[in-house]
Amino acid sequence: MCRIGAIKSKVPVHPSKALHLMLPQQEGYDNSGFAMVMQDLYGVFSQYKDKPLLSMACTREGARLVEEYMDKHHFTQLAAWVPVPDKQPNLNIEALPFYIFRNYDYPEFVKEPEAREALLLDTRLALRRMLEETGEGYVYSFWPDVLTLKEIGDPRDIATYFHLWDDNGCLLAKNIIVQCRQNTNYDIVRYAAHPFFLQGYTLCANGENTFFTKNTEFQKSLFRGYIGFESDSQNFLYTLHYVLHELKWPISYYKHVITPLPFSELAQRPDRDVLMTIRQSLAHLEINGPNTIIAGLPDGRMMTCCDSKKLRPVVVGGDGEMVAISSEVCGINEILPNRDTSKDIYPNEREVVVINQDLEVERWKQ
Amino acid sequence: METIKVQDVAVNDLPWRIEYHAERCTRCGSCVASCSFNAIEVVVQRQSMTVSEQNQPSPVRRQLALAIIKQKKDLAYMCRGCGMCERVCPNNAIRPVRNPDDRKALLSRDNGPIKRGGRTNLNAQRTLDSIIVGRISQMTDPALDSVRHTFDIRAPFGRVLSPRELPLTVSGDKLEMAHRTPPVRWIYPLIFSDMSIGALSTRAWEAVALATAYLNEKCNLPVRMSSGEGGMPVKLLESEYLKYFIIQIASGHFGWNRIIKAMPHMVTDPGGILIKIGQGAKPGDGGLLPEAKVAEHVQAIRGVPKATLSSPPNHQGLYSIEESVQKMHLSLNAAFGFRVPVAVKCAASATSVAVYHNLLRDPYKICGGFFIDGIQGGTGAAAEVSLDHTGHPVVSKIRDCYLSAVRQGLQGQIPLYGGGGIGLTGNAAADAFKMICLGANGVFCGKVLIQLLGCIGNEKGRCNACNTGKCPTGICTQDPRLVKRLDVDRGAQKIVDYVLAFDKELRKLMAPIGNSSLPVGRSDALVSTDKAVADKLGIQYVC
Ligand code: SF4
Ligand code: SF4
Repeated sequence: MCRIGAIKSKVPVHPSKALHLMLPQQEGYDNSGFAMVMQDLYGVFSQYKDKPLLSMACTREGARLVEEYMDKHHFTQLAAWVPVPDKQPNLNIEALPFYIFRNYDYPEFVKEPEAREALLLDTRLALRRMLEETGEGYVYSFWPDVLTLKEIGDPRDIATYFHLWDDNGCLLAKNIIVQCRQNTNYDIVRYAAHPFFLQGYTLCANGENTFFTKNTEFQKSLFRGYIGFESDSQNFLYTLHYVLHELKWPISYYKHVITPLPFSELAQRPDRDVLMTIRQSLAHLEINGPNTIIAGLPDGRMMTCCDSKKLRPVVVGGDGEMVAISSEVCGINEILPNRDTSKDIYPNEREVVVINQDLEVERWKQ
Repeated sequence: METIKVQDVAVNDLPWRIEYHAERCTRCGSCVASCSFNAIEVVVQRQSMTVSEQNQPSPVRRQLALAIIKQKKDLAYMCRGCGMCERVCPNNAIRPVRNPDDRKALLSRDNGPIKRGGRTNLNAQRTLDSIIVGRISQMTDPALDSVRHTFDIRAPFGRVLSPRELPLTVSGDKLEMAHRTPPVRWIYPLIFSDMSIGALSTRAWEAVALATAYLNEKCNLPVRMSSGEGGMPVKLLESEYLKYFIIQIASGHFGWNRIIKAMPHMVTDPGGILIKIGQGAKPGDGGLLPEAKVAEHVQAIRGVPKATLSSPPNHQGLYSIEESVQKMHLSLNAAFGFRVPVAVKCAASATSVAVYHNLLRDPYKICGGFFIDGIQGGTGAAAEVSLDHTGHPVVSKIRDCYLSAVRQGLQGQIPLYGGGGIGLTGNAAADAFKMICLGANGVFCGKVLIQLLGCIGNEKGRCNACNTGKCPTGICTQDPRLVKRLDVDRGAQKIVDYVLAFDKELRKLMAPIGNSSLPVGRSDALVSTDKAVADKLGIQYVC
């Protein structure tokens, strides 16, 4: 089991806020790790919001290999934040020697936005491959204004290690998506911890995807960035990316792809032709199984929805300045104690909730 | 000593022997009357008996002439083991017994190859029984409740486009269809497979049709029935019920004259068209309807005289798959205004994957389904050598086709249907479920339906006389006296009940793996206790 959470705030917040959101829910997870994706960054990265930021964890050799690769491929280093860890004894963390968060400037000759998107993806994939082959590290994201931190251990100790409790103004963001558990189904692999990130899309999922094999077999041939498959939650991200980024369909169709309406309901709909066609052609992207997802979109919006059998809950609460999404309401109570709880939203099995940049909540039924 | 001619056929050469108890027999004659194969007769036997009826021993020898039932020593009238005599006998005085020493295969080729109906008796091995649904959802991923939850048990029939080919345009926050796409029907994943009027008695065909209509109209299960080669009654062609039928065109094109003539009068489109290229029971062999079965109404439906009807082994004029697509698919699609899915049925073969590739790559996108028929499929008439020695198992073939589509990212675009041995042991739901997990969208079955109607044939040489016109259960014959044995309503009810149980059983299998829609390609849900099977199919080996 795991618990997932997200914060979207008008004022940038520290990661400790996300930890406070998650810790009250710890009965539901096993404190085996910490993973977060921050988007819309402030603090040390506020000057470089339009420059791609590389997030990685590696050995000294890994760092050298990456530097060499980036130089060779005409990326210019702009700024870096290398955390100085608090190496207290008895911390439960399986730390790697280096954590690197570094901004680059694009190679001069790559100007078009689409070409840049492709280059960032290909670069991350190449770095990942290189580090995987040599066993020298992990690269989690390479994208403007996005930072990913993942580690194995107790989330409280990981926070201590990275000074996340200090609220020292280094790391701040308006959007944070977070999760406190490693994927325990198989061997612990750092890449298997969600949130996952791909070309601006971030996704965290609580649940199980019984169509993992079916989704994976299909996704492998859809897009070169659909790799890894260390966790069934990646299926959710890749489908989100495919529907919005590749097919360029409106967001409302994502839910129709992952949890299509039953045929009997489809037949009653005025838009049944479109929905049937989608169900037909994307049958292999259907997700069957209990689940809730929280997703971050490239434009900063956040989305949440749950499966059609409603076996995994999620709640959305806010106070006008900050909205939090979380598996359990106790987390939101911790960070937003004074909100009007009567306005909390518990999305139902057919509902999608989107929070826009002004923290306005949009919700609709599939 | 009496002279023995060893070339004469003896009862102990025959595959079945009659076990007869004269002492229980009342000589009612029912067994002889019921044997459609004329395998038994009443003969008078001389018996000598010594009796003593006085107080003191006074043995007297008496000669008696007794009527008894005797089996004929003739291959043309051999007992088929159908057991009708046993059923009808009020005194349990007669029954057929399998003869382990039979020499039929050796002796009965005097007039050419042995012909029979039914399924293969040689390759009836059960791959599916070494496969178990082994991934059970528990704990974090709970099983569903087969009774409480809703399940979406439907399969596509028709050509599915890849997502990028869809004519969808964005208008505001909605998608709109720019033009229509190939027709796709979502049907029940169990298709009643093509058994023609002719192969079946009209009454048996009607029973299956009746069950089909009932399942659609009363049970909300969109089961489709394929007509089989040879056409359908005009009344049905011109009725609303046509939508539940898949009309078949096979290499003989029998019945199409009447179908085409009925087209202007059709009030609805048929459920689909199935081009039959080959049949699993006798691949590479055309259809065969022996003269004995070409009764008057069969002549009328097919538009033929009374004669043995052989369909050629292939569609004349089709030299390549491309051509098949262009000519047959295109013309049949066009005939119904591109509103009706057109699928193709082939016998499973070492080359099935190549055929599937070609269909997947066809630029017209007009093949709406690939039906693969395995060696364990049944037939009304074939040479025994074809039934037993030609063909290809369907299980690995479905898997191979599915995986080859996966490798190209084309899975699901041409729905795969597997048949030939589905329900061989009576458990069609389990068979269907496993086939679906291996990549089939659905299954088709025929033999199991007629077995539900009453056919007592099996894969151990029992009956298999479908080619003779003497079907003892009235299913596979046009002889009106035999057809009377079949109660159409009760037969249809049997099929309906079976399919309703099939549906419940499918749910019982979907629930524990946590799926509410069909687990097409969910091979991770299966394990096998046979290492070779596991390796071939790419599923987990367990022991
Ligand atoms: S078992 Fe069938 S074929 Fe054999 S004698 Fe009896 S009725 Fe005739
Ligand atoms: S009972 Fe009829 S249908 Fe069944 S095997 Fe015998 S002849 Fe064929």
